[in-house]
Amino acid sequence: MRRTFLLEIVMIAVAVAFLFPVYTLVSLSLKDPGQIAQSPLAPPNPPTFGNFTTAWSAAALGPSLVNSTVITVVSLVALIALGSFAAYFLARVRSRLGYGLYILFLLGIVLPFQLGMIPLYELVTDLGLIGTHAGMILFYTGIQLPFTVFLYTGFIRALPREYAGAAQIDGASHLTAFTRVVFPLLRPITGTVLILNAVFIWNDFFTPLVYLGGSGYETIPVSVFAYVGQYVSQHGLVFAGLVLGALPIVVVFLALQRYVIKGFSSGLKG
Amino acid sequence: MTLLTARRTRPAHAGRRRRFGGRFNPETPPWLFAAPALVVYALVVLYPAVSGVVYAFTDWSGIGQDMSFVGLANFRTLLADEQAMGSIGNTLLLTVAIVVVQNGVGLLLALGVHARLKSRALLRVVFFSPVVVSPVMVAFLWKYIYNPDPSAGLNGLLGLRVDWLGDPSVALWSIAGMVVWQYAGYSMVIFLAGLEGVPRELHEAAMIDGAGTFQRFRYVTWPLLAPAVTINLMLSTIGGLKLFDQVFAATNGGPGYATETLSTVLYKQAFVFGKFGYSTAIALVLALFVAAVSLVQVYYLRGREVSA
Repeated sequence: MRRTFLLEIVMIAVAVAFLFPVYTLVSLSLKDPGQIAQSPLAPPNPPTFGNFTTAWSAAALGPSLVNSTVITVVSLVALIALGSFAAYFLARVRSRLGYGLYILFLLGIVLPFQLGMIPLYELVTDLGLIGTHAGMILFYTGIQLPFTVFLYTGFIRALPREYAGAAQIDGASHLTAFTRVVFPLLRPITGTVLILNAVFIWNDFFTPLVYLGGSGYETIPVSVFAYVGQYVSQHGLVFAGLVLGALPIVVVFLALQRYVIKGFSSGLKG
Repeated sequence: MTLLTARRTRPAHAGRRRRFGGRFNPETPPWLFAAPALVVYALVVLYPAVSGVVYAFTDWSGIGQDMSFVGLANFRTLLADEQAMGSIGNTLLLTVAIVVVQNGVGLLLALGVHARLKSRALLRVVFFSPVVVSPVMVAFLWKYIYNPDPSAGLNGLLGLRVDWLGDPSVALWSIAGMVVWQYAGYSMVIFLAGLEGVPRELHEAAMIDGAGTFQRFRYVTWPLLAPAVTINLMLSTIGGLKLFDQVFAATNGGPGYATETLSTVLYKQAFVFGKFGYSTAIALVLALFVAAVSLVQVYYLRGREVSA
């Protein structure tokens, strides 16, 4: 009992130290330049909220929030639709060709996207999709498909074939059997797919920087990057921007923390 | 080939009854189910990757179609390019540091949080929370924490006078530090899932046999943790090799070339210097590193996995 108590004290101390950067972030965002220069480590006294109003409009966070949401949501819908259908075929097919196709999809997990970065940039330009939501959605759907297919295939393989079989005996087509019977059974893995892809897409930086920079359709990380470059030495303003930029995903995480942590820890068991 | 298979499975025997030994054997779904995904995958991943491999052997500048094959010239340039070779060294050092420290810290956190603490649920959320935030924003935060000012940030907290990001001999480790801070919680939750899979009876049996805390960890927990170790090592290695956002936002490769990684160098070669052929050659080297490391890890680590 005493050992548990000691461990608890140690872990809480570690957690407090761990949170030092977060404390710095929030306390600086609530200070004016004078307070920051005078006592950078002390808590804000009194707190000022002016940094937040400036940051919100200067970083164009309103429009960016819309862009990030549209791109993330549509990509997720496309990933779940394309990924689950493909995985259903790949999990059930028994030919060598089907297995080869599965391996081909898996290859995409290890392939660093930088290898195709420039040809893909050309392709997206040729399609007229540079600087559009559609271009980003196409990119995320393609780049995250291997991982999505991998998760779904593993889950479906462990699922008895009889479910779909029973529906088909009753006269259902493959399509109906999948959408009405199999897909609802995939809910746990769909949750994992949703969470892992959502966090990746929402926070991705490099591609939206290259594809969307200066288009007016920037996502949050790109807007924050440009904003920080502009106000680089005004720490209060910079940190207010970071707080606002991180807030949406942190709020969603705290609301769904059990599911998010479960998704991250369970989804990767190949 | 595809068409042949398609014809065989296509005339969907859907609805027709078939029994094999009393078990239903519904036929394979039509290959059309996989077609849309395959098209998008081929367009966004396969075609660009294959073209990337081709460009790596050309002198393409990125403008127009003007290019010629130059054989291995880009790779020869790479071997003679001190900045690029240095970036390979940096990438490897950074990866090793991140893999070792992130997983070490992650394992300790997992063991701590796995005990029956009152605050365990809260602690888990605290340590995991940086994982969901954009790496660019975390890098901007740490850029300030690593302030050279002795009264602010980490220096102020610890009473030090270190120029964390400005001193070339320290900067690379400072980058590793911020990555570890952000992702130790990720390693933690994977280890934690592994720990929860260790049956209680095994611990009890070992205890009856007189095994101490350390022995129980070494001979009961650790072997059963192997799958979690495999996943954690793979994830952190691949993440370390591809590291871009944090370096780009915190130091942009500086001071000098002290924190330049393969990803930042290939970015600059393409988008700053317009050497697209050379840039894809570097990307190909990165791809080979990632593929080699993943294969070795899968074969070696899977071999030592045991089940409870």
